[in-house]
Amino acid sequence: MSEAQKNTTEATNSRKMLVTMVGIGTICALLIVLSFQTTLPRIEKLKAEALEKAIFKVIPGMVSKKTFQLEGDKLKEVTGKVKDAKLVYAGFDKDGKLVGLAIEASGMGFADAIKVIYGYDPHKEKIVGFYVLESKETPGLGDKIEKDASFLANFDSLDVALSEDKNSVKNPVTTVKHGKKKNGYEVDGITGATISSRAVGNLLKNSTGETLPQLYKNKDFFEAKSQQ
Amino acid sequence: MSIQTTNKANEGFWDKLASSPSTDEYMKGLFRENPVFVQVLGMCSTLAVSNTALNGLAMGLATTFVLLMSNILIASLRNVIPKQVRIASYLLIIATFVTMTDYAIQAISVELSKALGAFIALIVVNCQILGRAEAFASKNTVWRSILDALGMGTGFIIALLCLGTVRELLGNGSIFGIPVFPDSFQEWVIMILPPGGFFMLAIWLMVFNAMKQRKAV
Amino acid sequence: MQGKSQIQNVFKKTLNISTSPHLVRGIGTNDIMRNVVWALLPTALYAVYAFGLSALLLLVTSTVACVLTEHFLAKKSKQPSTISDWSAVITGLLLGLTLPPNFPLWMAFLGGIVSIALGKFVFGGLGYNVFNPALVGRAFLQAAFPVAITTWFPVFSPDRFSSVSVATSTLPLMEPATDGFTGATPLSAFKFDHISTDTYDLAMGFITGSTGETCAVLIILGGIYLAVRKMLNWHIPVSILATVYVLTALLHFSNPEKYPTPEFMLFSGGLMLGAVFMATDMVGSPITTAGVWIYGALIGALVVVIRLWGGLPEGVMYAILLGNAVSPHLDNLIRPRVYGTGNRGEKVRG
Repeated sequence: MSEAQKNTTEATNSRKMLVTMVGIGTICALLIVLSFQTTLPRIEKLKAEALEKAIFKVIPGMVSKKTFQLEGDKLKEVTGKVKDAKLVYAGFDKDGKLVGLAIEASGMGFADAIKVIYGYDPHKEKIVGFYVLESKETPGLGDKIEKDASFLANFDSLDVALSEDKNSVKNPVTTVKHGKKKNGYEVDGITGATISSRAVGNLLKNSTGETLPQLYKNKDFFEAKSQQ
Repeated sequence: MSIQTTNKANEGFWDKLASSPSTDEYMKGLFRENPVFVQVLGMCSTLAVSNTALNGLAMGLATTFVLLMSNILIASLRNVIPKQVRIASYLLIIATFVTMTDYAIQAISVELSKALGAFIALIVVNCQILGRAEAFASKNTVWRSILDALGMGTGFIIALLCLGTVRELLGNGSIFGIPVFPDSFQEWVIMILPPGGFFMLAIWLMVFNAMKQRKAV
Repeated sequence: MQGKSQIQNVFKKTLNISTSPHLVRGIGTNDIMRNVVWALLPTALYAVYAFGLSALLLLVTSTVACVLTEHFLAKKSKQPSTISDWSAVITGLLLGLTLPPNFPLWMAFLGGIVSIALGKFVFGGLGYNVFNPALVGRAFLQAAFPVAITTWFPVFSPDRFSSVSVATSTLPLMEPATDGFTGATPLSAFKFDHISTDTYDLAMGFITGSTGETCAVLIILGGIYLAVRKMLNWHIPVSILATVYVLTALLHFSNPEKYPTPEFMLFSGGLMLGAVFMATDMVGSPITTAGVWIYGALIGALVVVIRLWGGLPEGVMYAILLGNAVSPHLDNLIRPRVYGTGNRGEKVRG
């Protein structure tokens, strides 16, 4: 084989390789785009439904929902999904009266971050509902924070009243040992899942301490929304 | 390996089916060349997603789908793809079908995609699929590659179910989510955790090897 | 023959030399193992005294499970039965001593099976086990039944000799009932509620905890007995305990509010039992002296790290298992250099 011939075969070879790769790449890209486009609406719908369900679960008695974005101390109404924003979901009853606010919170658990959503009743100044959105806690142990009935009962009515100056929560949420709950702001822990149940108490403490005073400043805003 | 049947009228058909090379192409993946218990391939998904029977089944089906589609495409393109870029092409094809599967599972159920999580995406690096592409689909006809993919897929599902049912039974006291023990059953938490996967795999490998040895003797 | 030994004796008395044959009655595996059992007995007896019938049943169950498994597996693998060398008895006793006194018996039995099958026979039997078998069993139980293994039983309860804890007699595969009086161990009390326990109570064993972890004094006495008879490498417990003491002392003086006293760390939990009887497992620990010191220091440091910053209140078990895992590498790293060879044992061209 002469030098020139060898060069031509190599050139054709490279061209063939290029063409095949580009060809396969194009087919694959088309397939992916096609499946993405067909499944996207349903995936979005399912995700929104899951969140919706969680919101309705944590605010008892609500029939309609409005979403607000919290920017500093200001609230503004948003529709649809907003990326990377702190959202507060307000639930209204059938007369259009505000019954509660759903707030997302997250904190470090035993295995990974725990993400929860909780319902806050501004009239009673209490947490009235709780739902775990994401957790990787140990199955059968840490994941009791999602299932254990007596633990979840804590959040049917958990005292998070604001202090006199309305800048902090009077009694920050704390987790106590199972069976040692005495005060309204204490979370009755889970035997054998001390770390996970404490993590929940902590993340609620942090979230309520930060968010509730902010929401209080927007008290009139919600009142106005209620009348609508 | 043969199919046994009591249906006398169809004996001729069944015999023919049992002895046909196509049947063998399918049947070899089930036990003789089982991807998990004999070839010990695809350990990542085997260990990670066999904590319940349902997860195992879903993972098995997803893998079978990817295996089938990639085998079909690779077998039909086997004379087009140049040797030098074959692995890159296979991976591209496999990754495409994995992505499609991922979208499909997300669209089917939030719960399921939560449970399978990152492991669907990891089907890409399941060496069983690349292995079938390289060792089989690139050298055989489309029809035979389909049979091979289905056989290997079924073998994978069988293996995941073997692991998944026992792990769920001990770790959760249920099979396919249906409780089988009384309420006071003590769950073996370790069985649904990763170590349980290793233990169960080891025990099943032991069973398989013992059976093979008995046959050989 | 008679005359020869007389001569030998004379020489021995005067010059301490001897002619061949240089026969000494060697110390066999079963001699060492038997002596370890003797050394463990006081701790076990105290445990039975402190926790009553439940503890006795637990120790018997775990020991029987280990011996039976050893016998069965030896038979299955067509090896001569090794139960007469006492090693299975030790594994069983140690396993029982690391479990809570009110641990369900069926779980203890399962733990015994796992200890011997997974901790020992998978690796090829006595002498080949990488990890301490008893701790393998306990690690399995900890991962499988995390609630049962952290449910404690009060020490010196008045009816301990007349009745058995409800949890002890749980039916196989069933969940143990939690009786009303579950106490916290000193370590978990410190970790979760920041309550320290008096060192005297810790050392004497007037506290709640695992069956054999409570009375530090008896464990130390057992260890001294073995060390004097040269059946235990005293470097190991000394290096572990010293590391724990020094590290905790430094931390305690830097922030007495947050970190416990070194005495508390030394005498609480399973540190004594682990350092004296488990880390010293001849198969799982390094051979070279330097290796032993590093091994001990590593275990001690891991104990401090897990206890003070980890998620669990107690970390001795994991520390020792990790120590076991690195010990062959330690031996490899600091293998003494043979004259005329390089550091890695290869021939050096001269």
